[in-house]
Amino acid sequence: MAVPAPYHLALSALLFTLGMVGVLVRRSALIVFMSIELMLNAVNLSFVTFARVRGSIDGQLLVFFILVVAAAEVVIGLAIIVDIFRSRETVDIDEANLLRG
Amino acid sequence: MIPTLAVLVPLLPLAGWVASGLWGGRLGRQAVAVIACGTVGAAFLAAALLFWQVRGAGDRSPIDLYQWIGAGGVRVAFRLLVDPLSVAMALVVSGVGFLIHVFSVGYMAKDPAIGRYFAYLNLFMAAMLTIVLAGNLVVMFIGWEGVGLCSYLLIAFWFTRPAAARAGVTALLVTRLGDVGFLLGIFLAFGIFGTTDFSVLTAEAGRTLALGGGTATALALLLFAGAVGKSAQLPLHIWLPDAMEGPTPVSALIHAATMVTAGVYMIVRLHAVFLRSPLAMDVIASVGAITAIFAAASALVEPDLKRVLAYSTISQVGYMFLAVGVGAFGAGIFHLTSHAFFKALLFLAAGSVMHALGGETDMRRLGGLARRLPRTAAAFAVGALALAGIPPLSGFFSKDLILSDAFRVHPWLWAVGVAAAGLTAIYIVRAFAMTFLGASVGGGDRMAHDPPPVMDTPMWILVGLTAVGGALGWSFTHPGALERYLLPVTTAGGKAPLPIPGPPAEEWALVGTSLLVAAGGIAVAWLMYVRRTLRVGFGPLAGLLRHQFYIEDAYAAAIVAPARAMARAAAATDTSVIDAAVTGIARGIGRAGQALRGLETGYLRHYAAFVLIGALLILVFWVMR
Repeated sequence: MAVPAPYHLALSALLFTLGMVGVLVRRSALIVFMSIELMLNAVNLSFVTFARVRGSIDGQLLVFFILVVAAAEVVIGLAIIVDIFRSRETVDIDEANLLRG
Repeated sequence: MIPTLAVLVPLLPLAGWVASGLWGGRLGRQAVAVIACGTVGAAFLAAALLFWQVRGAGDRSPIDLYQWIGAGGVRVAFRLLVDPLSVAMALVVSGVGFLIHVFSVGYMAKDPAIGRYFAYLNLFMAAMLTIVLAGNLVVMFIGWEGVGLCSYLLIAFWFTRPAAARAGVTALLVTRLGDVGFLLGIFLAFGIFGTTDFSVLTAEAGRTLALGGGTATALALLLFAGAVGKSAQLPLHIWLPDAMEGPTPVSALIHAATMVTAGVYMIVRLHAVFLRSPLAMDVIASVGAITAIFAAASALVEPDLKRVLAYSTISQVGYMFLAVGVGAFGAGIFHLTSHAFFKALLFLAAGSVMHALGGETDMRRLGGLARRLPRTAAAFAVGALALAGIPPLSGFFSKDLILSDAFRVHPWLWAVGVAAAGLTAIYIVRAFAMTFLGASVGGGDRMAHDPPPVMDTPMWILVGLTAVGGALGWSFTHPGALERYLLPVTTAGGKAPLPIPGPPAEEWALVGTSLLVAAGGIAVAWLMYVRRTLRVGFGPLAGLLRHQFYIEDAYAAAIVAPARAMARAAAATDTSVIDAAVTGIARGIGRAGQALRGLETGYLRHYAAFVLIGALLILVFWVMR
């Protein structure tokens, strides 16, 4: 017997909140980055859930898109983080505040 | 043959303008003088050849050079018109112009900007001859504005003098007032006739315009407004006395002999239109008569020699308008011609005085110059007597013709004209006496001497023309030679409602009256200013005269002061409202930016929190909806 959909959605919300809190409170760029990935995958989970509930393939299709885009984004994001590290010798995002008004 | 010559007449001075204007500095003074005088002299010869070709026959040959404006229904050809009237005017303009050019060579010999001077003078000749030879109103308007421009440039020729610069601006602005009317008149003519060709207007006016109708009156008065500005008639006369700031030959050429009479020429040219509106004709005659006596009265107390001559010019042009206003077109052109001779002569004589005395024109500092400048004094005397209307000089005949024509239309116009003639005699004798007679006042005239031949010769040619010019129109009972020559033109647009001449006895009585008045004026002036036995106080009039009837003060109070106030108010509005609004908006945006920059902390988590808050707000919005 499959697990009912509300559990899936609750897990998705939990994962998303974890990721969100991680983005908001952590200082290491890598951790922030991983938190973003967490949020993305939380969304993926809810997509898959809804796809199954509605008996539609659209949600699963979208998940593939998100996976591909996330993969590409990881490449660029990591490159940026590496670059920041090279120039500042730290990945503390609170140090990268050049845009302050 | 005729087309070529007609084109050459304005084109030659134009070429002189280009040469002196572009290469004046490189050519040297001699070459510039030769080019300037040569081109105008050649234009005079071309005009003389034209005269040979069109004499006798009532020739009217429009010459289309090319289609100038073609826009929809509006088609304007660059058209010249050669007929007795335009040829006669071209002869006067180029002939007197040539003499004054030659005089200028001597007068301006020491001026460093002689190239600029002759360039402007040649441009003026080209523009004036364009007016004269124009075949439609649009081409005439080119010349009309061209002479206005040259008048401005030459009045303000010594532009480093503030008075000269101011006088130039005054002349430009005041004549522009009239030009607006003229331009509106041209538009109206387009609207009515679909063209502005003089030949069409002359032929069609009788059919198209209702006699005495509102359209005819509006058209005539609008065109007359242009003439009032250009010819310095009341109430737009104020620029001409100020225009005396220019070099004296310029005053002789532009502000006495030619440009200021352009209005008279224009009215004669379009007499067919003006004849359709008796009201407009009466307005013209009245303005002319009132201007004649007003300006003559102003000249009575004027202390400046050149300004006396300027008022005299305003007054004499008033006579011309009086003439054309009563339908005596031939007489108007006759007076225009003789006035060109004797007024140019008077100005050149005044120029000789200034040349001898280093530019002095205040008659209170002149005196006794007849001993030092006998030839100049004699020339001035001839011009003065012609102006006063003493036979057999030309001014007598032309003025008398006007007065007798005026008598037959409106006796009151005649009375005003005769009174003005008396004042004319007084003021010109006064000017002569203060300048040439009596004791020498200043000590600076020790070295004063008659001018060199280059200035003397043109003056004496004008003396000759003044002396014999009356023969052009010598007649009391029948049209004179000039009038007969012009007859094909001046009657083409319909007969003027001029009554036939009265019995010879009446004519002789009129002649006798004006002679008596002129002689009386001279006698009174002689007693007042030479013998000094007669003392006439003008009483309360003196102040009025000295301020030229307060017209300029009225303008200053009624127009200049409000305009200044408006300008000041506009400037204040500009700084306190418009500028304030602009800077206020900029400053407000700057302040808002200052306030908002606190939001940009540079911390990633703050931006992420903003995104979160935004997302939550959208969520709340959706849920609550």
